[in-house]
Amino acid sequence: MNRLSWFNAVSLTLGFAFLYIPMIILIIFSFNESKLVTVWAGFSTKWYGELVQNQAFLDAAWVTVRVAVFSSTLATILGTAAAYVLVRGGRFFGRTLFSGMIYAPLVMPEVITGLSLLLLFIGIGLDRGILTIVLAHTTFSMCFVSVVVSSRLVTFDRSLEEAALDLGCSPAQAFRLVTLPIIAPAVISGWLLAFTLSLDDLVIASFTSGPSSTTLPIKIFSAVRLGVSPEINALSTLMIAVVTVGVITASLVTKRAMMRQRQDELAAVRAE
Amino acid sequence: MRHFNPDRHTGADLNSTVFAPWEDPQAKPLIQFRNVTKRFGDFTAIDNLSLDIFEREFFALLGPSGCGKTTMMRMLAGFETPTEGHIMLGGQDIDPIPPNKRAVNMMFQSYALFPHLSIWENIAFGLRRDNMPKPELDARVEEMLRLTRLEQFARRKPHQISGGQRQRVALARSLAKAPKLLLLDEPLGALDKKLRQDTQFELMDIQEKTGTTFVIVTHDQEEAMTVASRVAVMDQGKLMQVATPDRIYENPASVYVADFIGDVNIIKGRASAQGDETYRIDWAEGQAPITATSLAGFENGQTCHLAIRPEKVTISAERPVDAVNAIQGKVHDIAYLGNLSTYHVQLPDGTIIKAQSANTRRISRRSFTWEDPVWLSWTATAAVLLAS
Repeated sequence: MNRLSWFNAVSLTLGFAFLYIPMIILIIFSFNESKLVTVWAGFSTKWYGELVQNQAFLDAAWVTVRVAVFSSTLATILGTAAAYVLVRGGRFFGRTLFSGMIYAPLVMPEVITGLSLLLLFIGIGLDRGILTIVLAHTTFSMCFVSVVVSSRLVTFDRSLEEAALDLGCSPAQAFRLVTLPIIAPAVISGWLLAFTLSLDDLVIASFTSGPSSTTLPIKIFSAVRLGVSPEINALSTLMIAVVTVGVITASLVTKRAMMRQRQDELAAVRAE
Repeated sequence: MRHFNPDRHTGADLNSTVFAPWEDPQAKPLIQFRNVTKRFGDFTAIDNLSLDIFEREFFALLGPSGCGKTTMMRMLAGFETPTEGHIMLGGQDIDPIPPNKRAVNMMFQSYALFPHLSIWENIAFGLRRDNMPKPELDARVEEMLRLTRLEQFARRKPHQISGGQRQRVALARSLAKAPKLLLLDEPLGALDKKLRQDTQFELMDIQEKTGTTFVIVTHDQEEAMTVASRVAVMDQGKLMQVATPDRIYENPASVYVADFIGDVNIIKGRASAQGDETYRIDWAEGQAPITATSLAGFENGQTCHLAIRPEKVTISAERPVDAVNAIQGKVHDIAYLGNLSTYHVQLPDGTIIKAQSANTRRISRRSFTWEDPVWLSWTATAAVLLAS
């Protein structure tokens, strides 16, 4: 192992300190005994206990999870379909325009997306609630899915699909039996991305949510405006834990699969 | 080079023992290209091409990259449709039939094995699409595994086997549905030379065992000569010559074909008749004219090209007494190939003529070396006289 030069060591420390100190402080204070957030008064887990009792938070969490599951699933279906057509559709009229336009929501300010969706829902007389948040989240997260899936499709060997057609598949069967299983990792990571985006979102959700459908970020934000409570810290810590476990599991699974594949390939080369 | 194999004959062909349906006017071709043109935008990939391919043939499409050979194959598979003209398979126009409905299977250059399926499942893939009953399907897959000697790899995934084994899986998968026609797109391109030669014979063996019509696309002329019953040499979307490997080599129709297949010396000159089917070629100032025979007629004074293969040119220290054609020069370069040596002999006017001879003696006892004056000689029938 190479030792880091002092310059690199300082850069690394500064960078990571910048990234993680706020979160570490939040985690530490979630175990604070005192009700005052900024004054340390000893270790305690009582705020986690109180959190479980808080029906409003639990309701908001349940709404958030439902919205995230539905919107990310819908976004994955639409985003994958869009990516497939844009990468595989050949040269049709307006293709360049479409592929540029599908990425526009990536750079669109959320306030504008939220506002325009609000106007649409009012215009068509759709009552705001879970359905409208799901639709809104689908709208803005499907372009992320499409980016992830199309970058996989670009490197996908087209002759695999041709082989499927050649062996008697209809185009739909070829997609279901060959393309989809092979690009599945990209589709799954697209889904995970859409899921996290939906969990995190505050701006668009606040435009499109109704009185009966408060998501967790909205709930936290409105609670914080009345003053930060240790209960919020505890809730945030739990969210960090969930995300961390998810990310670590996903990367371990990917790494193991890659290592196994490499070992197999090496063994095949040696056997030759 | 494999010359015509007299063992290849079919039961249907009672009149002759040699498999040559292309010489039988009664024979019905399996595939017919009828004035097929294919354009991609402004680019003409296939230019008004007509071609018949017969049942049980091992037909090679040979040409440099971009000559249109892959387009021909993709049109047969159904991935491209002709811009003009028609392609018939067994007398039926197949242009409107999508690839999944054709009795044609293809072995892809990249093999295109499904990475998420085992070898067994890869081979069974096409059979499952036909809803073949389970016992039959099992038997067919086992048969294919046996044919390609892959029995012990059935449960593995494509990335768990070697390149040569993958090539055999691709072949087994494309043969499993017993297609009328099997297309092979540069099937051996990814293999190293030794394995490629073994596999060529294996392919011929499997082709004869299954009786399937094979159309192979390749840019490797040796491969085409080895495996094919007939070879089509292509250039810029046109057929330059369609003939058996030995005819392509010994009787090329043009300078292009002569030059594309194997090594050749081309001497340009003017022909004048000198008796029956014999011509005198004046080719350089102060050099004796060359005598050559030709079945094709030439007018007196017509420009012609004399094509002669290096192995048909004899190299010697003294002028052979009875030689019809003999030219003096000096050894410019020697390419030592182990079994053969190719001598590049420079004539007084600067022309280089290649002469090849078998190294029957050890290299230390070689007769000629650089700058040695030598005589090149050949018979009147050794060369081919070409108009263009």
